Amino acid sequence: MLTVIHEQRETALPAIEGIEEGLWLDPQAIERATGWSWKPQGMCQADTCIPLPRDGHLVRDGRLDLSGMWAYMGLPVLHDEARKTWVLGSGATQRSQLAPGTPAPDFELPDLSGQMHRLSELRGRKVLLTTWASW
Amino acid sequence: MWQVLFESLKDKGFVVMAVALDEPESARSWIESAAPAYPCVIDRNHHVADLYKLVNVPQAVWIDESGLIVRSPETAGATDGFRQMDRQKFTLPEKVMAERQAVKTQYLDAVSDWVHRGPQSIHALNAKRIQNQPSEASNNVAQAHAHFRLAQYLRQLGRDGEAQIHFDEACRLHPDSWAMWRQAAPKDARGLATGEAFWKRVDALGDRPYYAPIDLG
Repeated sequence: MLTVIHEQRETALPAIEGIEEGLWLDPQAIERATGWSWKPQGMCQADTCIPLPRDGHLVRDGRLDLSGMWAYMGLPVLHDEARKTWVLGSGATQRSQLAPGTPAPDFELPDLSGQMHRLSELRGRKVLLTTWASW
Repeated sequence: MWQVLFESLKDKGFVVMAVALDEPESARSWIESAAPAYPCVIDRNHHVADLYKLVNVPQAVWIDESGLIVRSPETAGATDGFRQMDRQKFTLPEKVMAERQAVKTQYLDAVSDWVHRGPQSIHALNAKRIQNQPSEASNNVAQAHAHFRLAQYLRQLGRDGEAQIHFDEACRLHPDSWAMWRQAAPKDARGLATGEAFWKRVDALGDRPYYAPIDLG
């Protein structure tokens, strides 16, 4: 098994036999692990699609090297070989400038009981999004 | 801190969303004793810090009814007064205590004013442009969050030694983040990362702030 971590997701996937380098996943696995879709026009999330490199080196036998694609998109990639774990990070290019008048980036997180809360569920009210910690 | 504010403003179309940049087991007793009526979520991987470029707590963002940012991420009612603490007795000069209280009150009053007046509030005019970070610094921050994410995953597997390597790398790549450093640092019996290493890091700030002061307009 291998594990792909992206934002809150930790997705266990069957190990890929016979391939030494890269994270070669089919479209279903890509969607499960990241929420991104691999479509003919590229890697897509919501209404945004990023075309794959034209030379086709990231595609083989119906699989995409997601680690290569992630790096191509300018996003952080970590590979922990011992734990067969990949981290596909979020990057600066994905973040808005967080300036007044721009949309507040949405997220979903659990409370103590495990119930999920999404920031955008609070639309219609003014929100003070604030942080704290016990440390 | 937010409970009283929320109770006084909840009928005005206002809500708080409190994000704990913390482990659920560490946050639990705090949340249970306060039992707030607004959402309190747990963000052990600091995902919200990554999204909103947060480096410390408390930092907050004001968001309007349609989901647009009104005030960008900033220090929420905290000061650097603690740096004048008597480190043996854990006491603060009275003047500092009063200033801390004043800054907190100003911040809470500003939130209240915004809730009542909306865009007409003078505090809602936070039109200052966020400075674009140089791309190298920005990439380092993104990379740091990936290391922090991996470290938290490894820690959950019980592989603390392996996790430490990635915590260290995260702190090296994003030295401005106190949230990552304190989450990763050893805690005392009270659960605080405020030992010698903490004060050394605070002292190393020199003239730079721990809590960047804000301009409420």
